[in-house]
Amino acid sequence: MSTTDGAKPRPGFFARVWNFVVELWGVLVRPSSVFGLGVLVMAGFVAGIIFWGAFNTALELTNTEKFCTSCHEMRDNVFSELKSTIHFTNRSGVRATCPDCHVPHNWTDKIARKMQASKEVWGHLFGVINTREKFTDHRLELALHEWARFKANDSLECRNCHSAESMDITKQSPRASVAHQRFLFTGEKTCIDCHKGIAHQLPDMRGIPGWQ
Amino acid sequence: MVRKSVIVLLAAALVAGAGSLAAQTLNSGLRGPAPLNDEGPASPMAPTKNTAEKEVRNYPEQPPVIPHSIDGYQIDLNSNKCLSCHARSRTGESQAPMVSITHFMDRDGQFLASVSPRRFFCTECHVPQSTSNPPVSNDFVDIDTMLSRAAPGGRR
Repeated sequence: MSTTDGAKPRPGFFARVWNFVVELWGVLVRPSSVFGLGVLVMAGFVAGIIFWGAFNTALELTNTEKFCTSCHEMRDNVFSELKSTIHFTNRSGVRATCPDCHVPHNWTDKIARKMQASKEVWGHLFGVINTREKFTDHRLELALHEWARFKANDSLECRNCHSAESMDITKQSPRASVAHQRFLFTGEKTCIDCHKGIAHQLPDMRGIPGWQ
Repeated sequence: MVRKSVIVLLAAALVAGAGSLAAQTLNSGLRGPAPLNDEGPASPMAPTKNTAEKEVRNYPEQPPVIPHSIDGYQIDLNSNKCLSCHARSRTGESQAPMVSITHFMDRDGQFLASVSPRRFFCTECHVPQSTSNPPVSNDFVDIDTMLSRAAPGGRR
């Protein structure tokens, strides 16, 4: 009774959305009447390059030591612990930065890990480990995740730099050479089985195989 | 008159002696030629000995020295990297010597099931060795040498 004369009643929200979708679909499936096919293909190609480049650039930005240590959880805990280890400073000046060990280098695995990392963003926003005490309380859980990942991919991130094939055991200390021949070359163990805690401090190791 | 000239002579001798003392640089094995009131240059750090060979103890009670590098080994409440090779249950895999049974003893001499907390921190007694030459000589003689010297017919 309050509608203005001559005007149809305004359709509901869902009806309007549906109408828009139908109209858009019509535009998308109808051949272009303005642009040539070549123009459209080239435009799509260029847009694709720009999108892909931007995506990968943004992805690589999240794969730097600077990005990782921009959160105080990483900078004050794991990063400060890394600083005294051989993976940070050493005689040859090669540094393994955070993503070298914690992000797979292979593209699909990298994307999978990046999607998993969204949980870490959640943790940051809700302050799950925002104090040293909370961090040490969670250290075992966090370490177990990484150990499981290294165990599952046969310590792939170690082997990206340290391969058994390029290892000259005559240059190693007698202890290391014996252990590598006995456990690494036979495939009985993988790097992480023995080399836990080489880059960060260890959690409470009671109950971890090989530890007291 | 005689007394006065003696005093003058003594004073002259004292001044000369003090001068020669001041001119002398103190040269000790540890400090090098750096004067006592100066800090000399730091000597280069010697590399750590990194072998698997046991070293002979100088006396039976000596804690065995560590013949290998222990850089980055974590020994704290959470973990003990040394025990991941030297613990009883780990020696089969590691072929490392087991921590001795004395480490299982509490202060009353009672043996515990595992390493006693008071013997847990390895580097309190056991230390790695560097490959440097000792800057100060040492004429320590071990007990076997002493005994063989004293014995009739022994080396004298």
